This record gives sequence, C-alpha cells and structure tokens, in this order.
Amino acid sequence: MADKSSQIILDPLFNKNPISLQVLGICSALAITTKLETVFVMAAAVTAVLCVSNTTVSLIRKFIPGSIRIIVQMTIIASLVIVVDMILKAYAYDISKQLSIFVGLIITNCIIMGRAEAFAMNNPPGPSFLDGLGNGLGYSLILIVVGTFRELLGSGRLFGHVILPLSTEGGWYVSNGLMLLPPSAFFIIGLYIWALRTWKKDQIEED
Amino acid sequence: MANESVSRTLLVAGLLAVVCSALVSSSAILLRPEQARNKDLDRKKNILQAAGIYKEKLAVDEQFSQFEIKVVDLSTGEFRDDIDAATFDQRKAAKSNDQGMAITGEDDIAGIKRRSLYALIYIARGSNGDLEKLILPVHGKGLWSTLYGYLALDSDLTTINGFAFYEHGETPGLGGEVDNPRWKAQWIGKQAFAEDGTAWLEVLKGKTNPDSPDAIHQIDGLAGATITSRGIDSLLRYWLGEHGFKPLLDQLKSTEGETDHG
Repeated sequence: MADKSSQIILDPLFNKNPISLQVLGICSALAITTKLETVFVMAAAVTAVLCVSNTTVSLIRKFIPGSIRIIVQMTIIASLVIVVDMILKAYAYDISKQLSIFVGLIITNCIIMGRAEAFAMNNPPGPSFLDGLGNGLGYSLILIVVGTFRELLGSGRLFGHVILPLSTEGGWYVSNGLMLLPPSAFFIIGLYIWALRTWKKDQIEED
Repeated sequence: MANESVSRTLLVAGLLAVVCSALVSSSAILLRPEQARNKDLDRKKNILQAAGIYKEKLAVDEQFSQFEIKVVDLSTGEFRDDIDAATFDQRKAAKSNDQGMAITGEDDIAGIKRRSLYALIYIARGSNGDLEKLILPVHGKGLWSTLYGYLALDSDLTTINGFAFYEHGETPGLGGEVDNPRWKAQWIGKQAFAEDGTAWLEVLKGKTNPDSPDAIHQIDGLAGATITSRGIDSLLRYWLGEHGFKPLLDQLKSTEGETDHG
C-alpha cells in the first residue's frame, strides 16, 4: 500500500505529468508564468482545488448517475474555484488582482476534470486525494520551471529580487522581451518535453 | 432504486445544487468584510499612488489621513459641507434619483449614461495651508468595462501629478496595460489645459512625438488597445470639461488664489 500511495503521488511528476505527457492545462501555464510569485499562488490554488474535487467526486462516486456525471463534476469544481477565488480576494488581494480571470479559469483547466473523470470516479477517496495532490504537484513543477526561466530571463529577477541587473535600470543585462510574452512558455514547455522524452524514452509517441 | 432512474438523477442534481450553492453563498458572506476592506485599502493606495506620495513601508490608512476629503457639487464647483464625506458613495448616488442625473446624447462622451451630482475629491495641503495636490475621481467606458481611476493635479491645477486606475476589466496584456508603471509614468508633468483654459489632454493612437509643441498635452496610446485608449481620451475630456470638474477648478483657482495674496 505504501508503495502504491507513493507511486500515485510520484507518477504525475515525471512519468505521467499532466502537462508534459498529456499536454493538458497549457492555457494557464502560458498566462501566469511571467513571475514566480503568481506561479506559486496559482499552483497552490490548482492543487487545492484538485485535491478537494477529487476527494469529493470519489466520496459520492457511487451515487452519481452516469448520465449527468460530467455536469456533477463540473458543479463541484466550479463551486470550489469560486470559493478559492473569494479567499484570494480576501487574503491575497494584490496577487488575486494580478491573476485576474485566470483563477476563475481554473474551472476550465482540463487537468481537474480529467482527473475527476479518469481517476476519482473509479477509486476510493484516499487514493483519489493522493492522485489530486500528485497531479497538482506535477502541474506546479512545470509552472515553476517555466516561471523561473521567464522571470529570470525576462525581467532579471526571481521572486522580485534582482538577480541580473537590467540595462534599463543601470545594470548590464539586456532583458529578453519575448520571455514576458505568452509564446515563450510554449518554447520552454517544448524544450522541457524534449529533454524529458530524451531521458524517458517510453514517453515518445509512435508515429 | 437504480442509480440511472430519472427520479434518482433529479434527486442527485437537486441535492448537489443545494449543497454547492450553500457553500458558495456562505463563503461569500463570510469573506465579504475582508474583501471590502481590501478594496477600500486598494482604492486609498491608488489615490496615494496617483498623487505620487505612496510609501510602501507605511500603513495606507495613516498616509491617507493627510488628505482633506470634500464633497463637491459638480455643476457649481462649490463644496457641500452638508453631505457627509465619510458615508457618501458616488456610485450609489449616480444611480439614485435625488443625487444622480442622466447624461444624454452628445454630452455622454465618456459613455457612462448617468453620473452623480456630487463628487468626492481629495486635497493635500502643505504646512502653510496652501493646496498642494488635488485628486479627482474619473471614470468612463473602455472596451469591456468601466475604468475607474484618479487624476492628481499639482497646485497650479493644470500640471498632472499622476494618474492611475484602481478598477477595470480590460484585457490583460492589452487594455490592461493601463496599469503598467511605465505607461503611467509618462502622465507626470503633462498639462491638462490649454493656454485659454479649455481642457486639452489627449491619448493618441500610437506614440507621441516628443519634439512637437503639443506633446505636453499628449499621451502615448496603448499598443493593441485602440478602444481602451480612446475611452481614456474621452473620459478625460468629459471629466475635465464643463460637465466634469471645470467649475470646481475655476472656483478653486479664484479662492485658492485669494488666500495666496491675502
């Protein structure tokens, strides 16, 4: 059991990562990764929603009629996201302003629906919670990697602290403007997937 | 009863709806005071930032206390001390019958349809009692949303001291760039009025030409946000015009001038 639990958590980090293997949840990975501060809040919000929605769906999985199961999952996820959004507005107002609509858009993050439908509907609450946690961490890992590159190369900072002094502010580093724009996340995720699949050859898809 | 029967389906859907709505509405009620406090702090912070006197380390409320808050009658430009500034809500007033008015047709260049008869303004005075900064609330329609912001004027009531929006729903990265500090920085030092006293401050489509003599009245448009830029241009024309704060500014120019000489 211990082995199985750790596998449920660790698998989504590299072996079955929702972003790099399944290529889900890309939209938010592009939008909010210009700064590590927003990355961490977003990652925490998604992980929290994922854990709670997986557990809830799993608890009531035997009562959910098949014909309305998607809408039931959607309702649970939407309610949780609204609550998370309100908590952020109450306790982290500045960051919630920066994340703006992207917190609300967690509702449409395919990872959450995907895990509810693929895992929580068929497994007991304990493993479902761990699956949510694992996938949340897998999502967070990619966001942190992307966010680190974008903030460092785009604004010469990490967590708002100056690492590479910008030439516009009297330093030596000429910032890469592309890194501040969403497409740069595509390049970084692409390179990441390439590196990962070079390391784990079984993830390469057959043509 | 099988899971798939119609009555079972309706029961599950109904129960779920009740539980979820209870969860959402109770957290909305529980968190509302905290959210309102944040919004209020954010608004005060924006007033301070527009005035260019915000200091990150000091408490917002404390910094804000230096302002003199006045309710002003927009049509005459006179202060209305009979209306309590602490409880006056300009947005509510705009909707009400006795404190609001409709703006019709050609007058409504800012696209706001109704406005309050009164406005809350903020005055910062120097140690000798002279007006140092005047902060005016402005708002108008952008592309998706109404933009709410503050315009700060210097003691000459013409030079812009700062400009910031504290609430809007424009597209992040395009119209949302109204929050970009670099874009906001170019407002400082611009002139809001022409020599003859008419309002003249425009947001261009594209960049201003710094060599042009008009540049002192012009602001760079936001790239990829033509309608937001145009909205800001219109709302400034409205609020600096006869229907906006012009009567107040004329009034202040004469009264504050007198104290200078007397």
